[in-house]
Amino acid sequence: MEKILEGKAFVLGNNIDTDQIIPAEHLVYSLSDPEEKKMYGKYALSSVPMEKSGLPNGGIKYVEAEKFDTEFPIIIGGANFGCGSSREHAPFALQIAGAKVIVAESYARIFFRNAVDGGFVIPYESVEKLNDKIKTGDEVKIDLEKNILLNVTTNEEYKLKPLGDILPILEAGNLFEYARQTDMIA
Amino acid sequence: MKMTITEKILAKSAGKTFVEPGQNIWLNVDVLMTHDVCGPPTIEIWKREFGEAAKIWDKNKLVIFPDHYIFTKNPQANRNVSLLREFANQYGVDNYYDVGTDRYKGVCHLALAEEGYNIPGTVLFGTDSHTCTSGAFGMFATGVGNTDAAFILGTGKIWEKVPESMKFIFEGELPPYLMAKDLILRILGDITTDGATYRAMEFDGEGVFSLSMTERMTLTNMAIEAGGMNGIIAADAVTEAYVKERTNKEYEMFTSDADAKYHSIRKYKTAELEPVVAKPHSPDNMGTVRSIAGTKLTKCYIGSCTGGKLSDFQAAAKILLGNQVKTSTFIVPASTEVAKALEEETISGISLIDIFEKAGCIIAESSCAACLGGPADTVGRAKDNEVVISTTNRNFPGRMGSRQSEVYLASPLTVAASAITGVITDPRDFL
Ligand code: SF4
Repeated sequence: MEKILEGKAFVLGNNIDTDQIIPAEHLVYSLSDPEEKKMYGKYALSSVPMEKSGLPNGGIKYVEAEKFDTEFPIIIGGANFGCGSSREHAPFALQIAGAKVIVAESYARIFFRNAVDGGFVIPYESVEKLNDKIKTGDEVKIDLEKNILLNVTTNEEYKLKPLGDILPILEAGNLFEYARQTDMIA
Repeated sequence: MKMTITEKILAKSAGKTFVEPGQNIWLNVDVLMTHDVCGPPTIEIWKREFGEAAKIWDKNKLVIFPDHYIFTKNPQANRNVSLLREFANQYGVDNYYDVGTDRYKGVCHLALAEEGYNIPGTVLFGTDSHTCTSGAFGMFATGVGNTDAAFILGTGKIWEKVPESMKFIFEGELPPYLMAKDLILRILGDITTDGATYRAMEFDGEGVFSLSMTERMTLTNMAIEAGGMNGIIAADAVTEAYVKERTNKEYEMFTSDADAKYHSIRKYKTAELEPVVAKPHSPDNMGTVRSIAGTKLTKCYIGSCTGGKLSDFQAAAKILLGNQVKTSTFIVPASTEVAKALEEETISGISLIDIFEKAGCIIAESSCAACLGGPADTVGRAKDNEVVISTTNRNFPGRMGSRQSEVYLASPLTVAASAITGVITDPRDFL
């Protein structure tokens, strides 16, 4: 796993539910066909209301029309990120779109678990509320060893809560890989 | 160091002496439960990941209840049950409760209790969000996705983040017009559907400990409606009596330390509470029954893991005795044991089943039935723009069938009173 992640931030509000992340109508694409699989990226975060998509001003699509991936690998969310249905497609769609890490105040439990156990995206928790401090498009750098987020654009630094015991799962790739590496399973 | 009951049970399961909120720990799972909807995909992932040599970590700890889509002609639903049956046969899973045999039980969360799988001090995972129900037995119980369940199936282990605990204290016994459903709907109204996200909801106080086991299960069942990881009630003599009657497995009773740390503590005086409903379309859309009394209904429904237990039917029968229903009213016992008890239990010498039949109710076989809508031929399913009052736990658009229908959630007392009048009615009018 990379120790430093950098790129542009995409900022969202509270209660981003799994329907906003990947609407139910798009759950039909095959996961084994690479061409179809790309569609999950195309529609990632496509149901976030436009005025709340890319804060503070809104009106920014996570994945531009005609594209399959995003220019924003870092998502800054608020409270209760990933609430709603337990579909594993939600963190998966974000991964396919090119998201590497989410930094949110809190997560709905099953989304958080799915993100880690499926190895889709790193769910960091911020210490303080960040979605009113970082703007969509800001250059952001996350140090996974120091658990620090640096907003390169403003030169502000924020602490993140350490990933703790889930770090080895993320480093291994997913829960099953982790278990293989640690001889928990053959 | 001081710990809550949830922290103590998780520490024990992780082989640690102390854990604190936020810590991610590996748990040894005591029971894994699955059903006909999530069982087949879980088995598929398990086979994919563990390959030809896939082994169940401990056959005795796996429990499978077909319960969701049971009495239907729907081919996909029936195929799911066949897959479970084949799996149970192939791997010798004794704790499989097949449909069409006298082992069939009905809704998993009640069946877990009745069959002696709910053991104080243990850790239970299930592929169903209402797995938190089992927490009524002073144990840790929560729902997981299929990937996690597949992992448990192969290893018996899973990681979990130790939750912060919220405490809800009900002072004073419940007055006769209130039920556990009124308490939990009240909490939901106060803290909303994400008020307990990633937290434990611990229920305490005389109002809780004066309840029967099945009433306590109504409280823990709906912890997930507030986003909670688990609901929990410390085991007491009532719990012990229930457990001993059903199993001779050993149990361990934990309680929260007096000065354990909580995210928050809320106190309610039961004498000040009123019968409440959750209005369409969210379980936290709380209002008093009186504030919406007179709302016209087209259907009444008493059933599900949260509202189809014996105590629910006893309450409803108390009101329906000697009365006629004005609206079509469905009685869906959650389990076959409850269905049997309806014939044996009496009020004023009349069996509950007779009371319901004489009142004009429609009595269905035990299963989840219309609690989650189900295939088109599901008994009690909401059609078109029906207005339903139900003892179930969710009233999101379309949850009980038609997306145009409106569902009010309420206690069995309130549903029974409303069945008699055909409009939403406060049970105090009949008590
Ligand atoms: S009765 Fe309803 S809530 Fe309970 S397990 Fe079945 S579908 Fe889920």
